[in-house]
Amino acid sequence: MLANWKLMLGFLLLGLLAIGALGGPRLIDEAATQPLYASFNKPPSAAHPLGTDDVGRDLLALLVYGLWPTLSIGLIAGTLGTGIGTALGLISGYFRGPVDLVIRTLSDIVLTIPLLVVLILVASFTRTTTITGTALIVGLLAWAGPTRAIRAQTLSLRERAFIRVAKLTGMNDFEIIFLDLLPNLLPYILAGFIDAIAGGILASVGLQLLGIGPLLIPNMGMTLNSAFAGGAMIRGYWWWWAPPVIVLTVLFLATFLITLALDEIANPRLRGNAA
Amino acid sequence: MSIRYIAFRLFIFALIIWVAASLNFLLPRLVPGDPITAMLNRLEDQGMAVTNQVELIAAYRERFGLNAPLGVQYVRYLAAVLRFDFGYSITSFPTTVASIISASLPWTIGLLSVTTLLAFTIGIILGALFMWRGTPLLLRLVTWFLIIIAPLPYYLIAIVLLFLLGFTLRWLPATSASLVNQMSGFNWESISKIINMSTLPALSILLAAVGSWALGMRAMMITVQGEDYITLARAKGLSERRIMLGYAMRNALLPQVTALGISLATVVSGATLVEVVFLYPGIGRALLTATNNLDYPLIQGITFILVVSVAVGVLIVDLIYPLLDPRITYERR
Repeated sequence: MLANWKLMLGFLLLGLLAIGALGGPRLIDEAATQPLYASFNKPPSAAHPLGTDDVGRDLLALLVYGLWPTLSIGLIAGTLGTGIGTALGLISGYFRGPVDLVIRTLSDIVLTIPLLVVLILVASFTRTTTITGTALIVGLLAWAGPTRAIRAQTLSLRERAFIRVAKLTGMNDFEIIFLDLLPNLLPYILAGFIDAIAGGILASVGLQLLGIGPLLIPNMGMTLNSAFAGGAMIRGYWWWWAPPVIVLTVLFLATFLITLALDEIANPRLRGNAA
Repeated sequence: MSIRYIAFRLFIFALIIWVAASLNFLLPRLVPGDPITAMLNRLEDQGMAVTNQVELIAAYRERFGLNAPLGVQYVRYLAAVLRFDFGYSITSFPTTVASIISASLPWTIGLLSVTTLLAFTIGIILGALFMWRGTPLLLRLVTWFLIIIAPLPYYLIAIVLLFLLGFTLRWLPATSASLVNQMSGFNWESISKIINMSTLPALSILLAAVGSWALGMRAMMITVQGEDYITLARAKGLSERRIMLGYAMRNALLPQVTALGISLATVVSGATLVEVVFLYPGIGRALLTATNNLDYPLIQGITFILVVSVAVGVLIVDLIYPLLDPRITYERR
């Protein structure tokens, strides 16, 4: 599993972002993220390596201080979505019957409704402007995908011999789910979690492009939103919009590599095809 | 295709519409305050004096039936929504939400249907060619590049394309805003303008979407390659080309159609934001105007119509699928 280069590269990239997110703020003064800190709309220079925006915030400081809030939206939303999804998927796949029908129909409905659309609706009515609030909304809406994946795997696992043996030895449903099923589902849960992190960040940044969500705390979506509102494109201020775009690109590539690798681990046929 | 299957799909469709409509009804009532008070507060914030506030609010509540029991309000709301009646837009008052939507929806549907079909077709061909030994190296590299950028959200690719092709090279118009106003009537000039302004948004969606179809198709082709009937076809001495087209691709294609149905929701979300980046005159831009002005009726109308469009798309895919694969029936497993 460790020999898989996609997995290694993916975690390496995520690790670099996490180090930047946690270590960066120690090196840069937080005052630089405030308006009127420097002169406006300056291109990169020695004093401001990534330039400044239209209210005089240092863009490197905004980038560094914005990394953690952006990552944390993904982490909170991912944990919530995967947690709910795993629980529902296990219940649905293991117990089957009417519970399964209800959960499956529900997740079918949620999968059909575009996440961003509901997010816009909920976020604009609740007027949430905090990182946690946005992450909670995203997380509560992001369980349908994991539910489906975990349910499918549970359905196939529960027919295996070791589950039947466990039943014969008198283990109850609770023990079987936690001791036998859950450990075997870990690669799928991890893949779902990584997917949900990316999905949460993707959705929240999309929300911010529309001018809703956490636009007061430094994060990638806030910088992108202010760059578009401030006409960074038309005025050619590439240093304003490019850094968040690059960070987000690295982030999505890293999560993609990890899920791709986990897919190969779960489905050996996909492995080692040189083409 | 059994009646049972069709009935269940229709039931799910109706359920989705009902959930979306109920969400629209409930959300404004769950958050404190009502839209009229919020509007009056906003006017006061802007320095306007509003006299008789209490009477005004009471009159509006009566006028919009907000004093009726919640159940009655709910039934009235559902009846209105089914007629696509979402009331008036707050920002452009005498205009109804329905007319704003009907003006922008064709733009979005046109852009999306063309790009989705193109992305699906190109992606499937590229993914299948991956498994064919004769594919030139250059094509393989292009496919790999497309697969690598596939996880990026549409809007990031749109931003980069906007910068490269719209502003730096100036090959294509960076925004659709001015072009829409210049259009008059259905003639060649208008059509060329539409193509001109749709190319960048379409290219963004294509670049972002082709890779994931290619990746999915590649995975299915690998799975199919191991099947006995492929080995048999080889042993029979059929040409590589015939095996590719008639045996491998045909069977690998089926799950991709299911994926098309599932991905519609993602495509619509993604395309909405691409429209925002290019100010393309579709539903996405209407949504941007609505969210910027907190125009709640418009937000509700647009989100509802987006859900309905996706649900219709998924229903169509679900109903076509059993025709492609006779093994599929709706059975409880």
